[in-house]
Amino acid sequence: MTAPTDQQLIDFVIRETRLIDQHRFEEWLDLFADDGHYWMPLEWGQTDPRLTTSLMYEDKLLLKIRIERLKGNRTFSQKPKSRCHHVIQTPQVERRDEQANEYVTWTPMHYIETRLDQQDLYAAWATHTLAMIDGALKIKLKRVDIVNCDAAFGNIQLFM
Amino acid sequence: MAKYRGNVEAIKGLIRETEVHRDVYIDEEVFQLEMEHVFSNTWVYVGHDSQVPNPGDYFGTTIGTQPILMVRHTDNTVKVLHNRCPHKGTRITTETCGNAGKFFRCPYHAWSFRTDGSLLAIPLRKGYENTGLEQSHAARGMTPVKHVHNYRGFVFAKLNDVGPGFEEFFGESLSSFDNMVDRSPAGRLEVAGGVLRYMHNCNWKMLVENQTDTCHPMVAHESSAGTAIEVWKNAPPGSKKPMAVEIYAPFMASYEFFENMGIRVWPNGHGHTGVHHSIHSDYSAIPGYFEKMAAAYGEERAKAILNENRHNTCYFPNLMIKGPIQLIRLFKPIAANKTLVESWTFRLVDAPEMLLERTLMYNRLINAPTSVVGHDDLEMYERAQEGLHVDANQWVNVQRLYDPSETPDTTAVTNGTTEWQMRNQFRAWSKFMTMAM
Repeated sequence: MTAPTDQQLIDFVIRETRLIDQHRFEEWLDLFADDGHYWMPLEWGQTDPRLTTSLMYEDKLLLKIRIERLKGNRTFSQKPKSRCHHVIQTPQVERRDEQANEYVTWTPMHYIETRLDQQDLYAAWATHTLAMIDGALKIKLKRVDIVNCDAAFGNIQLFM
Repeated sequence: MAKYRGNVEAIKGLIRETEVHRDVYIDEEVFQLEMEHVFSNTWVYVGHDSQVPNPGDYFGTTIGTQPILMVRHTDNTVKVLHNRCPHKGTRITTETCGNAGKFFRCPYHAWSFRTDGSLLAIPLRKGYENTGLEQSHAARGMTPVKHVHNYRGFVFAKLNDVGPGFEEFFGESLSSFDNMVDRSPAGRLEVAGGVLRYMHNCNWKMLVENQTDTCHPMVAHESSAGTAIEVWKNAPPGSKKPMAVEIYAPFMASYEFFENMGIRVWPNGHGHTGVHHSIHSDYSAIPGYFEKMAAAYGEERAKAILNENRHNTCYFPNLMIKGPIQLIRLFKPIAANKTLVESWTFRLVDAPEMLLERTLMYNRLINAPTSVVGHDDLEMYERAQEGLHVDANQWVNVQRLYDPSETPDTTAVTNGTTEWQMRNQFRAWSKFMTMAM
């Protein structure tokens, strides 16, 4: 198996955020490995997603439910729909472990979600743990640490 | 000009047998009066004593809109103090929770207080000689809340002298706390997992009412729970139903399911759904749990504890608890149109960890600002907060299964889709709002 170059890792993360901003959620979900997770910790520096509460800790099934729900005719909190926008720094390649097939990137970002007259800005860091599976990069874990993760938020309906 | 202050009749006129006036939800003057009366004449939940296990441990929170703190005193009792320095008003605690050591020290002028609130020392004290300080409010230190009760770890406080005592106020409704605590083989709970805080642009009572509203899940949550069921249908045959689907799916249960689950009302505005069964009844057994319960209580008693599957128990004014999954939600009023919802979770001491894992999963799937079920509900509350500004109809209807012979402050078990518990809450609201006016 050919190991990905740093540039391929960077391009992957940039494309991943673009798919969210363009609401191409099915394509986005395909980027996850079958056992991949999306994790948004509640606690600063959280290490455990199981016995510490998170804002989100979702496998592909739960992410699929969210994506299907966004399309639903009776999804009233999406009438009208939310929109979102990422501004990301160039992802930094944090770790490459070709033996273990594990590649980690770290990406500071600003994320904006809007609906009706409301616009909310979040600052966060995304940590992607990626692997080469059947010749393609896949997400094993996307961890999003919001700077003020423990603040009281209103609705966050899309994906950071 | 004040429309409601000093006008008991106007306040009472806001609550009819089967209707509630919109000012109860949108009027700032009514909100202010609620803080002075409803949140002062009743026993309001403060926190759990496992949050302050050691002397000097404190936890800062609010009753209504007033900052208070709960602290473990040197004699091991839990005190509740008004969280301001008697000198200039500075909030004493800097962190939400922590340990004060032997005394609190105000970060502004270093006045210090024992953990029961009494004044310990003032720097440069001679500047107060012959000033009559000992007669001032300041000399008495941080004012303790006089009426505090710790029920099996749950700490409540009542700010005013008026209003009923703890036992009289809660009565039989305490059985829901008993069931939650008894579910621990050790008979003890600990706050665990972290608190989810979710800001709502709506009145706090919309959330309270929703807890016993059994005609909304299959409608408002069709988008989330209904989708979960549809997506799960595509799973390969024979797949084990995941915990998350077990949690989502019952929200789509039929009207008949909710009618048959039953609602119980108690005096003083308390009540619960899920008398006979609930959305929590059919969760998979957690390996090893029943054995621990049977060892602690005997098989028969263990079964009785675990067969009680109350859904939501509402404690007037602003607390809801879910015994079967060890979760509580506190609806903290901020303004007539703003409410902070805190969802707290508990570990059953000596029970398998997987119970806490399920509790935390439930909390993030249902109660987080990122929860799709939460999105469904908040959308409805915010639309109502807006819709109530319509002048052509100024009343909210709570008439479902109303019976003219229904009396206030009674205990009764009835159809699970009744709005009796909402009427019960508003009758209590009227009573506690006006009892000291």
